[in-house]
Amino acid sequence: MIAFIVTSILCFIIYLLLTTGSGTLGLWSLEEILLGIILSLITGFVTRKVFIKKDYRMLNPVRWFTFLIYIIGPFFIGMAKSNIDVAYRVITGKINPGIVKICPDLKTDLGITLLANSITLTPGTLSVDIDEEKNNLYIHWINVNEKKLKGETVETKYICGNFEKWIRRITE
Amino acid sequence: MLGLIVDVIIYIFLIIGVFFNFLAGFGLLRFPDVYTRLHAGTKCTTFGSIFITGSVIILGLKMWYLGSADGSVLAIHTAGALIAILLTNPTGAHAIARAAHRSGVKPVAAIVDGLDEMNKKTIKKPNEKKEVKK
Amino acid sequence: MIEYFNEYIIVLIALLICVIMSIIRVVRGPTAPDRIVGLDTINTIVISSMVIFGAAFREVIYIDVAIVYALLSFISTLFIAKYLEGGDY
Repeated sequence: MIAFIVTSILCFIIYLLLTTGSGTLGLWSLEEILLGIILSLITGFVTRKVFIKKDYRMLNPVRWFTFLIYIIGPFFIGMAKSNIDVAYRVITGKINPGIVKICPDLKTDLGITLLANSITLTPGTLSVDIDEEKNNLYIHWINVNEKKLKGETVETKYICGNFEKWIRRITE
Repeated sequence: MLGLIVDVIIYIFLIIGVFFNFLAGFGLLRFPDVYTRLHAGTKCTTFGSIFITGSVIILGLKMWYLGSADGSVLAIHTAGALIAILLTNPTGAHAIARAAHRSGVKPVAAIVDGLDEMNKKTIKKPNEKKEVKK
Repeated sequence: MIEYFNEYIIVLIALLICVIMSIIRVVRGPTAPDRIVGLDTINTIVISSMVIFGAAFREVIYIDVAIVYALLSFISTLFIAKYLEGGDY
């Protein structure tokens, strides 16, 4: 029941965002709002089991707020750094690549997804593959620092700074 | 006066966005293998798109402030496009990198390749699966 | 005569040059994943140039097209990657 309500409300918000400026009632017209309510109820009923799988942890608004701060603050700074880094490597052509393994201590699927996407957009790293049983990530690193290698494994803080702590605070 | 400052900010955002898109194209031509090309092609276009869509969002807010109803629609829909880009771009890059490694493309001049040994141990090659079925 | 704004047309021409650079990679690329990387880059640049089109002609419909194009190109990229990877679907 909770899954049905949450999915319907989310669908309705997305519908409202896509139909702004259609009438005089605020930004919307009455017909659009009624049609949106009916369509989002149908969509919520059909997809309720796909969207939320017995994990209501992310319904807490504090987590959304932390997520917003994470996107605006450390994530955006890391992205700007990574682009300057790539610009430097495009112009000079100095590369030193390799594929290394990291073992982040995250348990949920959502956390691993967020970490992999953050790693792809931050300095010099690109997530290539994932070991789904042990949640290990395999990372293509454009400038391998050989002093910090232990075999194939690198500690997480050298790859993505303190992102792991932020993501653990958001999802667990 | 305020309008002039907003216009200058819009132009600066456009210039930054076009510069990073140029870097993406240049990196695609210059780097030696798939993975390093993905670095250029994903990061630079995402960052450039953030700035280009950001300039259009500022333009929409300015039009809204000046009393045009179109401005609000322009700003909100552009924000939707930005969210779509941010969600889909790194996921697509991850899918391409994984497919490239599993189809047998090795990274050029790699110092370590930890994934190679993991693949030998756990993942069955697609050819072997077909033989088992027959 | 449709009203348009010159500065955005200049940005569009610059983005067109980026697309041409990516097309060179798509034509020359030695392996199949190289070509997909080029296509993915072209998709993202096309999305941002559609947004710029919307701003240049002050038409919102281009931006709606850009959102739909973003989602569809994502699905096509995922499908081509899955095809390259091989195995069962």
